[in-house]
Amino acid sequence: MERTAGAGRGAGKVLSMREAVAAFVHDGDTVSLEGFTHLIPTAAGHEIIRQGRRDLTVVRMTADIVVDQMLAAGCVTRLVSSFVGNSSAGSLGELRRRIEHADPEPLVFEEYSHYGMVCRYLAGAQRLPFYPLRSYAGSDLPSVNPGIRKVTSPYPAADGSTEDIYVVPPVHPDVTFIHAQRADRRGNTQIWGLTGVQAEAVYAAEKAVVVVEELVADEVIRADPNRTLVPAHAVDAVVLCPRGAHPSFAQGYYDRDNAFYRAWSAISKDPARLRGWLEEWVYGTADHAAYVAKLGEEFWAGLAVGEAPSGSVDYGRRL
Amino acid sequence: MSGDRTRSTRAVTSSELLSVVAARELAGRRTVFAGIGLPTLATELARLTVAPGIEVVYESGVCGAHPSHLPETIADAVLITGAEAVVSMATLFGSVLQGGHIDVGFLGAAQIDRWGSLNTSVIGEWESPSVRLPGSGGAVEVMANAREVFVVMRRHTPRSFADVLDFCTTPGPDRALADGIRPLGAGVTRVITELGVLARAGVGDELRLVAVHPGVSVEQVRAATGWELKTAGRLATTAPPTSAELRLLRDDVDPNRVYLR
Repeated sequence: MERTAGAGRGAGKVLSMREAVAAFVHDGDTVSLEGFTHLIPTAAGHEIIRQGRRDLTVVRMTADIVVDQMLAAGCVTRLVSSFVGNSSAGSLGELRRRIEHADPEPLVFEEYSHYGMVCRYLAGAQRLPFYPLRSYAGSDLPSVNPGIRKVTSPYPAADGSTEDIYVVPPVHPDVTFIHAQRADRRGNTQIWGLTGVQAEAVYAAEKAVVVVEELVADEVIRADPNRTLVPAHAVDAVVLCPRGAHPSFAQGYYDRDNAFYRAWSAISKDPARLRGWLEEWVYGTADHAAYVAKLGEEFWAGLAVGEAPSGSVDYGRRL
Repeated sequence: MSGDRTRSTRAVTSSELLSVVAARELAGRRTVFAGIGLPTLATELARLTVAPGIEVVYESGVCGAHPSHLPETIADAVLITGAEAVVSMATLFGSVLQGGHIDVGFLGAAQIDRWGSLNTSVIGEWESPSVRLPGSGGAVEVMANAREVFVVMRRHTPRSFADVLDFCTTPGPDRALADGIRPLGAGVTRVITELGVLARAGVGDELRLVAVHPGVSVEQVRAATGWELKTAGRLATTAPPTSAELRLLRDDVDPNRVYLR
């Protein structure tokens, strides 16, 4: 039986990026942008910049180019992250100026490791008070991050001894943005390739916005339910935004723009050049479609990928 | 072929030497957690020589990759297409790493100390650093959970081989023990540098010089190390890369010299 969309989460979920950011991102909010090197929600970050949001806490495991851009645009006062670098391609100029010289203003930084971040999302998604992990013993990180604490396990270890373990607190973003290959209009979201921490980041959040390369018919999703990483009940808005993960990639859609990653170190190193880049590519484009058009078809042809379809499985049906 | 001969007799570069030495150290290892770059070269060469069944697990969640091209990053799309498995971050760090499935983890660092603890966070004070570095990534988890860790350091200087780390991002097992938590792995067991190889066995043991590369003296390595470096009883000289190793590395593993800079 077809389930119709409910009054709350369900009806009218398909929004433009402008509408989604206007509705779900407010000054002072905690905003998670996830996608582990793949499917990075860059277009969402750019629209947050265009709308001039301020005092955001950004939560992102690998704070890379899009975070550097949001920092440069003055959107962010606090960063929660486990890797603050430009992939393996170099430095984030604005982030380094903010942390090393408080230039043009300080940045509060909560430093974790990757699994610490994953555990914060898991605790947030599961409404747990904390999440234990076998990391941080002997690290200086707990001394600069009071969120990382040590507790004594209530259970004896295998050899009967008492066991201490570090824990991290839950994170509950006001809104999480993820980018995905496709979803239906109600938000059933399918991702393939690197799946990162997207599902946990969505479930940890109060609101979730899924940005997709393609909006597809219900039948497409239902032909392969195991590929749905995020079910519609967890999604508040669906935004159609092709090529919205550039300069990262979307498996099966377009490749990573490695040249831009390499270029970013030089662009971001010079504050004036970075402001110029934002003026031209973010403030100077009305939306992501304009950014895509400005890059031009020849550019996109250079990131085109060939086909490598999955094998299909047989879900069977009752006779 | 005369072309092959030219290739295999060309002078050995530092990257080639580091890759060959690291590959030899992987003999008998089964699962390796590695990034892109020198570890890629080392594991691919090991697969063709001393460790045919080796499986690389990437921090992006890819297991059993069969890339059509040499990957440029741990998230290169060519690692995913045709791979044996791709897992989520929760599965990768929680079940694969913390679950104890990794034999050797490859890590790099801005600073390493004699106990194999690593700094990848800051140069200077954490609150107002002179250089902000990228941070842990998954290094804290790799050190805490892999059976052992290999560190490749292109540059061997007193600043990078530090008596005292500016900041300990990723603690070795001795620091974990001092914090009251029993470590699961041996921590850093090999450090492969431009000058030689340092090794330690596990908890309570400090890094000692076990081999110098051809043409390098013990004094040179000591002078480049920020602590009083001890030398193993039997100090070896690294056997130079064989023509077979060089041929595989140059012709099969990285013919376009993506990482063989």
